[in-house]
Amino acid sequence: MLTALHIAIVAPFIAAVFVPFLYKKLPKIHTGWFVLTIPAILFVYFLQYLPVTSSKQTVTAVWDWIPSLGIHFTAHVDGLGLLFALLITGIGMLVVLYSIYYLSKEREALNNFYTFLLMFMGAMLGVVLSDNLIVLYTFWEITSLSSFLLISYWYEREKSRYGALKSMLITVMGGFSMLVGFVMLYAMTGTFSIQEIIASAGDITSHDLFIPAMLTILLGAFTKSAQFPFHIWLPDAMEAPTPVSAYLHSATMVKAGIYLVARLSPVFAFSGEWMWIVAGFGIVTLFWGSFSAVQQTDLKGILAFSTVSQLGMILSMLGVGAAAIHFDSMDDNLYIGATTAAIFHLINHATFKGSLFMMAGIVDHETGTRDIRRLGGLMTVMPITFTIAVIGSFSMAGLPPFNGFLSKEMFFTAMVDITSFQAFNMDSFGVLFPVVAWVASIFTFIYSMMLVFKTFTGKMQPEKLDVKPHEAPFGMLLSPIILVSLVIVFGFFPNILAYTVIEPAMASILPSLLGEGEQFYVDIYFWHGWTIELYMTMGVIGIGTLLYLSLRKWVAVYDVFPSSLTLNHIYDQTVAGVEKVSSQLTGAYMTSSIRHYLLYIFSFFVVALVFVLFNKDAFSVDGATAPISVYEGVLAAVLVTTALVVMFTRSRLKAIIGLGVLGYTIALFFVIFRAPDLALTQLIIETVSVALFLLCFYHLPQISRKLENMRFRAGNFIVSLAVGLTVTLIGISANSSRLFESIAGFFPEASYDEAGGKNMVNVILVDFRGFDTLLEILVLAIAAAGIFTMIKLRLAGRNDL
Amino acid sequence: MTDLLLQISAVILAVSIFIAVYRVAKGPSMPDRVIALDNIGINLISLVAVVSLILETTAFLEVMLLLGILAFIGTVAFSKFIEKGVVIERKRD
Repeated sequence: MLTALHIAIVAPFIAAVFVPFLYKKLPKIHTGWFVLTIPAILFVYFLQYLPVTSSKQTVTAVWDWIPSLGIHFTAHVDGLGLLFALLITGIGMLVVLYSIYYLSKEREALNNFYTFLLMFMGAMLGVVLSDNLIVLYTFWEITSLSSFLLISYWYEREKSRYGALKSMLITVMGGFSMLVGFVMLYAMTGTFSIQEIIASAGDITSHDLFIPAMLTILLGAFTKSAQFPFHIWLPDAMEAPTPVSAYLHSATMVKAGIYLVARLSPVFAFSGEWMWIVAGFGIVTLFWGSFSAVQQTDLKGILAFSTVSQLGMILSMLGVGAAAIHFDSMDDNLYIGATTAAIFHLINHATFKGSLFMMAGIVDHETGTRDIRRLGGLMTVMPITFTIAVIGSFSMAGLPPFNGFLSKEMFFTAMVDITSFQAFNMDSFGVLFPVVAWVASIFTFIYSMMLVFKTFTGKMQPEKLDVKPHEAPFGMLLSPIILVSLVIVFGFFPNILAYTVIEPAMASILPSLLGEGEQFYVDIYFWHGWTIELYMTMGVIGIGTLLYLSLRKWVAVYDVFPSSLTLNHIYDQTVAGVEKVSSQLTGAYMTSSIRHYLLYIFSFFVVALVFVLFNKDAFSVDGATAPISVYEGVLAAVLVTTALVVMFTRSRLKAIIGLGVLGYTIALFFVIFRAPDLALTQLIIETVSVALFLLCFYHLPQISRKLENMRFRAGNFIVSLAVGLTVTLIGISANSSRLFESIAGFFPEASYDEAGGKNMVNVILVDFRGFDTLLEILVLAIAAAGIFTMIKLRLAGRNDL
Repeated sequence: MTDLLLQISAVILAVSIFIAVYRVAKGPSMPDRVIALDNIGINLISLVAVVSLILETTAFLEVMLLLGILAFIGTVAFSKFIEKGVVIERKRD
């Protein structure tokens, strides 16, 4: 049944249809104002579900799509889905508001922009609220597609197209792999419904397909969420307009992979592989992203790598949180905290990263550049933007009193706790987790400081800027102000999220831990006492400050890596190499020479048939043949002699006449095998064909008329011999192994009694099987019409017709 | 007796066809080959007639007639081709 929930999910798609009309018919009003209503209404609509999910209830609405294949458009709202839905609509609303001021009504093709954006929003809602894997996959691919369109919004720029193609290739590769994983899940459980798969999760852990399904699905999640080494598309996606970067590439789309990992945790998390892979890739991405971000000079480049790194952090927390499932209850279960931290940081990241992207957009918009080497001293010119940047960056660096501090402390707690987990080698190798996390946090601190101080402090360099910088209009500042307010609100009062949003989402990720009527205990607070996490944070700040101040001295370390080993270089080489190799491969066998193609066809024919003939033991000879009369022997001798003449003759004319002789001999065979009708037809047809051959011969161009010997080629000889032998062998086998009695006995009686004719062949042709004759007449008609057309219809001289 | 005679004549006809085929293959000039082909056609008529007698059927009488027509038309067409280079002349208007 189609419910309001379904309509809410597809509402952006419906609205997208009307965007071009509004853009054309009401050019005076910025199209964004109309679009703004959609996420706003949806946000309010989804807020209504908060009381439902926080009281541990879920809403499921089924609408049959392809019921015969078990594919239903099942909308399922639980804590996790609702959290994402609120993020998508909430940040979507702010991004649309920001884009109204960011994109010019006069210069930009707004109809394209908002159509793509609404498409994306609807697809994203579909991803997070679908319970059916195939529907989820469908929406997943629409997010890839609309992201591709949005990245290449300024399609006249080379780099936009490059970035769009790159992100498309990588995310669609992951998407396909995910589909394979989904199908494997279906093969194991017999259902596409996520809830039902979770319910039968215990039965499939020892299934053969369990690990392949996990790996393929994780590949999809990692490519979408820009995990190492698939993160390379995200920095290149920064060619998109800034509202797109803020929305897709920080708050929503890149979290689709996180969503998938969280959503399928109850299915896979009991295995050690899941824990190691998810947490391992997460922590590597965290380190690599933060390490690479320091190298960047473009504001959005820094933010892109920082997004990569923060996503890795969330993912590693989700992986570590899987440890909790190995305990039956919540009592003394340290590892639940990791999941809490993951969800909390997911929200925090959306707030501060969205505001930072918008800040970068404002700086770009008001100064004309995003290069931190040209920026500086904007603090006094753009005080509000500066405040936004400080709050966002300090939150990202994990400094008190912002929300990033809280989630970073919880992250450290999770990483330290996991070292005491007593399974899957976590207690030995697990010690790497807190160390890498700590080092990565130092780099996070450094690039966060770069973001603020290199942009806003120091000396202003007006000569390097194209325009005179000034503060942005209020409308543009509104969205980032709302987001940084949320940063502060969530920082000081994190517990307003605790039981409304975080706890229900945890219940979706770790359902097996909750008994009847229980709920997770979520309490986020600033002061833990003098714990190891606090010392780690202090270490991050201390060492980070030192490293930031001495950045100039050690930045050369980035040049140590040879550029031929970077992932981007490998990607470029792979793409170029695949193109080169495939074109070489195609060029090697697609030679445009019919002789070669015939060689392939005949060789395949021989190999396949001979293989089957002997592999299936189908070859047989029995002696039951009719006696050979002297006439047949003589005619066969004529046939063979003429065929040899045709093959070895020097002259084409001789070959043509030889063919004629062959045809006449065959007519004679028809005579002695008692087929008068065939003999008649064969004689006439042979005469006509010889005449036509002569016609062709006469019109050969003078230049190549020189008569030469047939060139002898060993390959051709072998192939033709093989074809002849194969056909002979098959003929002998077929003749020796007749399975049924022939139906020929039916015709002699029936042709007179039933059809009233004495000529059996003709009765068969026009009476018993007249349908074939009809179509053969059609063949002749088509051939005649074709010949006429080819001769008469010359496009060059159409007037002659 | 009749059977033996028929078989002997079939062999003779076959041998004459072989000789004509040799001429077709070897024939130094084009008219040689055309004449040999015509010869083969006529021999074929005889051969079909003999074979009809051996098989004791009248079903191949049309074949003989047709062969006669085709041999004639074929020879005329070849001759015209050798003489004029074309078989069917374009209408002059």
